[in-house]
Amino acid sequence: MIKTQEISINMGPQHPSTHGVFRCVLQLDGETVTNITNHTGYLHRGTEKLAEARTYTQVIPYTDRLDYIGAMLNNTGYVQTVEKLMGLEIPERAEYIRIILQELSRIANHMLFVGCYALDMAGFTGWMYTFRDRERVLDMLEMVCGSRMTFSFMRIGGVPEDLPEEFFPALRSFLDDFPKMIEEYNGLITGNEILQARSKGIGVLSKEMALAYGVTGPNLRASGVNYDVRKAEPYGIYDRFEFDVPVLENGDCFDRYYIRVLEMEQSARIIRQALEQIPEGPIMAKVPKVIKPPVGEAYHLVEGTKGLLGYYIVSDGSTKPYRLHIHSPSFVNLGVFPEISKGHNIQDTVLILASIDIVLGEVDR
Amino acid sequence: MADFRDKVVEELQKKFADKVEAFEDNTNESILVQPVALVDVMKELRDKFELPLLMLLTGVEYPEEFLAVYQVTSASNTNRVNVKVKLPKHKPEVPSIVSVYPAANVQERETWDLMGITYKGHPNLVRILCPDDFEGHPLRKDFKG
Repeated sequence: MIKTQEISINMGPQHPSTHGVFRCVLQLDGETVTNITNHTGYLHRGTEKLAEARTYTQVIPYTDRLDYIGAMLNNTGYVQTVEKLMGLEIPERAEYIRIILQELSRIANHMLFVGCYALDMAGFTGWMYTFRDRERVLDMLEMVCGSRMTFSFMRIGGVPEDLPEEFFPALRSFLDDFPKMIEEYNGLITGNEILQARSKGIGVLSKEMALAYGVTGPNLRASGVNYDVRKAEPYGIYDRFEFDVPVLENGDCFDRYYIRVLEMEQSARIIRQALEQIPEGPIMAKVPKVIKPPVGEAYHLVEGTKGLLGYYIVSDGSTKPYRLHIHSPSFVNLGVFPEISKGHNIQDTVLILASIDIVLGEVDR
Repeated sequence: MADFRDKVVEELQKKFADKVEAFEDNTNESILVQPVALVDVMKELRDKFELPLLMLLTGVEYPEEFLAVYQVTSASNTNRVNVKVKLPKHKPEVPSIVSVYPAANVQERETWDLMGITYKGHPNLVRILCPDDFEGHPLRKDFKG
């Protein structure tokens, strides 16, 4: 008599498809996954604890190292939380600079996602194309702050420097070429028959499940929930721009992939408007030399690249945060990964993990 | 936001009496819940007040007590409520809300791991960020590394 036996194997921590140091144990019945156990923490650096021993300004560089692919958004989320705590208004021009840099960061992240998604199903060509274009975004960000990854550019009360002269022509030519890039991605990657066959109907995340598991961001919108905090509760000056929130219905890997392509277009739309409207003026508000927010707490959510990124700060009136908690979208989204992978093949779990778009710096903090 | 909070408190008090009250802080969005009523209150918030997203779950250590902090939000408008539970210093223990919000699963594990708040009834309360053989809870104020 032939007997079958379930086996468990490790995926990660050093596995290219885990996009970092993430390990999961796959319970397998043949090639079918019956259960997954997540193991995180390989990159845990205790950011929240470190913050308690730093002044408010000194925390900014640590936020870079959370989601290091879209670090501008992390910076902004943190400084906006402190500004909320202090009741600080920041100058117009600084707001516009923040919007441009945030959306550029989002484009860089989604380009990386699109490329890596193709790469995870062995589509190396797709990866080359998105990385070619992502390079231009990173070059622009480098012009602004001298760094390509860990920017630490935002300050409590504004931004430290104005955008350099050479930034504007570079951005304009990038925006001019942008529709062509998207066309290329759609032709080369989205329209690819293998990609479609492999990702449609795989890893379906229903609307109810997405909400119950606290999934946010593009993943939630791919499941048919129209919730984008930039629209629902505009922070900064997002209410001044016209843009759509793409929503797709199926909640499978393909929708989670395609929604990011659509989001890139909207980000470019926001940047175009910001570029037209940006006024002259100061870039830093009048901020006291020593930052001492009043006693109290603030929780602020921003639409990060992976989902809703939240900073919860409790202040005791001193120069250091009494408690900083980071609500990390990757960490929460990862919680649903075992649920939507059950019953799929090993190869598909690679794709499902890629489609959730996690970054381990943010998962482990 | 205070209006919504007051409405929530008024409605909840009909059912839970003094187990729920408004919590005065600078956000005007907080309610204070007794640990025994937490799971039922969360259920009400999710179903009756249509707040399906758990957007924050953490703990804060104050000199006199621990506070378990939750925030539930709506996915269609801007309604939200901060739920706070006071826990004694010597035994920070609170019922798990995984049965109501499955999103709490990983976040309760994280808070237990780092802050040492015990979530009673959690299906798998083990360390998630620190190594398995780690001793202590690093976010406690008296933690020495």
